[in-house]
Amino acid sequence: MNSDLYLPAANDRNDEPGIIERTVLNEYKYGFVTDIEADEAPKGLDENIIRFISAKKNEPEWMLEWRLKAFRHWLKMEEPTWANVSYTPINYQDIIYYSAPKQKVNPANLDEIDPELRRTFEKLGISLDEQKRLSGVAVDAVVDSVSIGTTFKKQLAELGIIFCSMSEAIREHPELIKKHLGSVVPITDNFFAALNAAVFTDGSFCYIPKGVRSPMELSTYFRINAENTGQFERTLIVAEEGSYVSYLEGCTAPMRDENQLHAAVVELITMDNAEIKYSTVQNWYPGDKEGVGGIYNFVTKRGICKGVNSKISWTQVETGSSITWKYPSVILKGDNSVGEFYSVAVTNNYQQADTGTKMMHLGKNTKSRIVSKGISAGFSNNSYRGLVHVSKGATNARNFSQCDSLLLGDKCGAHTFPYIEVKNNTAMVEHEATTSKIGEDQIFYCNQRGIDNETAVALIINGFAKEVMNQLPMEFAVEAQKLLAISLEGSVG
Amino acid sequence: MNTKEYFKEQFEQSNVQDRNNLLDVVRRQAFDTFSKLGIPGAKHEEWKYTRISGLFNKEYSFGVNLTQDPLTQADIDAIRLPGHESANELIFINGRFSAQLSIVRSSQLIVLPLEEAARGEYRQLVEKHLGHSSKYQKDGINALNTAFVQAGIFICVEKGQVPDHPVFIYNVADAKAVNVLSQPRTLVCIGEAAQVQIVETFSTLGSQESFTNQVMEIIVEKDAFVEYYKIQNDKANAHQVSTTHIRQIGKSHTHAVTISLNGGMVRNNLNVVLEAAHCEAHLYGLYFQQGSGHIDNHTVVDNVEPNCLSFELYKGIMDDASTGVFNGKIFVQPQAQKTNAYQSNKNVLLSREASVNTKPQLEIFADDVKCSHGCTVGQLDEEGLFYLRSRGIPEKRAWSLLLQGFTMDILEKIKSPAIRTYVDGLIAERLEFRSHGQQEID
Repeated sequence: MNSDLYLPAANDRNDEPGIIERTVLNEYKYGFVTDIEADEAPKGLDENIIRFISAKKNEPEWMLEWRLKAFRHWLKMEEPTWANVSYTPINYQDIIYYSAPKQKVNPANLDEIDPELRRTFEKLGISLDEQKRLSGVAVDAVVDSVSIGTTFKKQLAELGIIFCSMSEAIREHPELIKKHLGSVVPITDNFFAALNAAVFTDGSFCYIPKGVRSPMELSTYFRINAENTGQFERTLIVAEEGSYVSYLEGCTAPMRDENQLHAAVVELITMDNAEIKYSTVQNWYPGDKEGVGGIYNFVTKRGICKGVNSKISWTQVETGSSITWKYPSVILKGDNSVGEFYSVAVTNNYQQADTGTKMMHLGKNTKSRIVSKGISAGFSNNSYRGLVHVSKGATNARNFSQCDSLLLGDKCGAHTFPYIEVKNNTAMVEHEATTSKIGEDQIFYCNQRGIDNETAVALIINGFAKEVMNQLPMEFAVEAQKLLAISLEGSVG
Repeated sequence: MNTKEYFKEQFEQSNVQDRNNLLDVVRRQAFDTFSKLGIPGAKHEEWKYTRISGLFNKEYSFGVNLTQDPLTQADIDAIRLPGHESANELIFINGRFSAQLSIVRSSQLIVLPLEEAARGEYRQLVEKHLGHSSKYQKDGINALNTAFVQAGIFICVEKGQVPDHPVFIYNVADAKAVNVLSQPRTLVCIGEAAQVQIVETFSTLGSQESFTNQVMEIIVEKDAFVEYYKIQNDKANAHQVSTTHIRQIGKSHTHAVTISLNGGMVRNNLNVVLEAAHCEAHLYGLYFQQGSGHIDNHTVVDNVEPNCLSFELYKGIMDDASTGVFNGKIFVQPQAQKTNAYQSNKNVLLSREASVNTKPQLEIFADDVKCSHGCTVGQLDEEGLFYLRSRGIPEKRAWSLLLQGFTMDILEKIKSPAIRTYVDGLIAERLEFRSHGQQEID
């Protein structure tokens, strides 16, 4: 029998070049620039710039000292080169480290925010108005370097929850900041974390008091707007005993030809019986189809389960950025604590991603679970790099890791670098990884039932990523699914 | 004197000047590489978990220059493998091939000193293949071996030949009087449709420190079949870095089994480069380490051409305060479509002090492939233990039965019955010892 009969999908491929072209034409829809006046620092980085940033934000003396200490340490550090990514060296003197939309200082209410800015957020589908109360998400919006407004503050305050910009927190709650800032990611941690500590301009701070369950999702929306700027925000979430919070983070940036640096730090702390669920949909501008421009996303994210029975869960959908370098980690210090990492990383065109997680098992009966799904298309490279460390005292530690890669096209690469270090004989650690492409038999099966190639591919990819998507809160799941479809539409077919 | 200076002096003494001498040219290049790279430290990604620089703090007598009492027949008899009566026996002493002690029984087997092969009719083969391993072992330790290639051997099985006896290679270090550094070197060419079985062991005599830095390069041509067994059951004063680099340059089949049961600091590099379509490679490994021993297995399977198949299974048991390391890399190059690669690493930790670091690694540049890896670290199945206990088997006995079962997957891959029985015996003896005393074994 003619074997061609079995492979309509393979044959169709040649007949429909249109699909690929359509994908390419599918432009980054958040690539617009908002024309607002910005208050900027001059380009470059030295101690004066740090003093300038600190002064702009009316920071107390101890904060400035902290920044300068980080900066002096950063000067002694070398940029890491171990990641499986390549880029032309970054000129750290060619970046604007402070850029803020010019507006009234401390808007008393959201109506006072520049209408142009508000329109930006409406375009992005984020409502700063409280009209959409039904959506029930409290948002802190950060443009370029500073937070421009936080919604639902009052309602949260009634429960004792503090949700505000980092600058505000430094002024209003210095005792909490002093205690926790840099306690998970110390200023000396790594090159980009040290840089962030020196120049971070804003970010979100969130504090959930003892026994409180946050009634709504808290969310930060990051937006890079101005040219030549770097975005360095810092997020700190502290969940006291028995509390719970679900936190969302989203990111977009305009389309530009030069690469912009985003070096953020996120710190999570959970006390006894507390839980933090942190979800990210990262859609920074990935560069054009030739690989020009795009965001360098070099982020340090780490949480510590300080108390017993506490839990930290990271979920990320990474579709944007020209280079992603990111390892959301959990230090499982408290006994019986749980760490989770769910990730979908999609790379297309010339994007590069080196992402994964670290699970450090220190306490007894600690558990961790890693599910990572990588999808590579075009000329991109997608790497999973993870570490599971079971220390001597971590009796009965348990880990399960699964890393699957899907390759769409023969010009891309998928790589897996799992490190497993076990120093305790009661530990159970399992790791498995697979790499494959979409099976012709799977496409055939769909075709046979009247589903065209494109829909079939979307269906299969959705199924591939489902385990992670299921972890996302409702509002994000829809957006993330659309993103997946947009990023990959027609890469195979 | 630091390590580099020491070797520089040694190298200059060995007078490597002749531009027309192939080996001298290769050695000089390798020495330049060594001078640049030095001994790999902990910052070197491939040596992250295995520190060997400490080994170089000791004073070694350089095996090559060593003159001392020749070994007695009794010494040799003690290290012989079962089945040696009908095997080709090649003996290296302190890294130097000893023609007197070696016996070649098969007429189909050509064994020549490397220097002679490099001058004579095999010059082309030597020129083409010697030193290829440096493309995969990009560190000073591999270059160090090449820089001091002396008294190495060239083994060749010509087209269509099948030696009627296996090849046993004994790497002997005579550390009775002084610390000794040996650097054996072998180049093996297996011609078209030829077949050979190689068994290699490492033995140290005496109680001084011994460090063996060995490199073996094997070239496998079209339709050839190679079986390779590496058996390490040396003493705690024996350290080694042992590199086996296999190039399958025609559609061929490799079957390699690495058994590491003892030793001080042991590092095995096994590289298999699949340079032709439809190659097949099977890699198996078993490590059962005790005391404060360290065992590190690094493997590479590089799929260069399409339609290759590789299967890899490594199992480890870590006892006492031993440490185990596994790093398995699978590369799939862009043109190597339809690759089917599987890799699995399973570890059991028996004691509180034992630890394991494992890193299975995939780097894939082709899309139409089936690649997977899995790895586990854990304990023996309690249900299995319960089953045996409920049938009246004492606990310690039950443990050793389960462990023996764990090793079975690998042992049954040894195709030579005599060698399999021998290794099985070594493991049974070890388990017996353990099951009676549960004591620390030296």
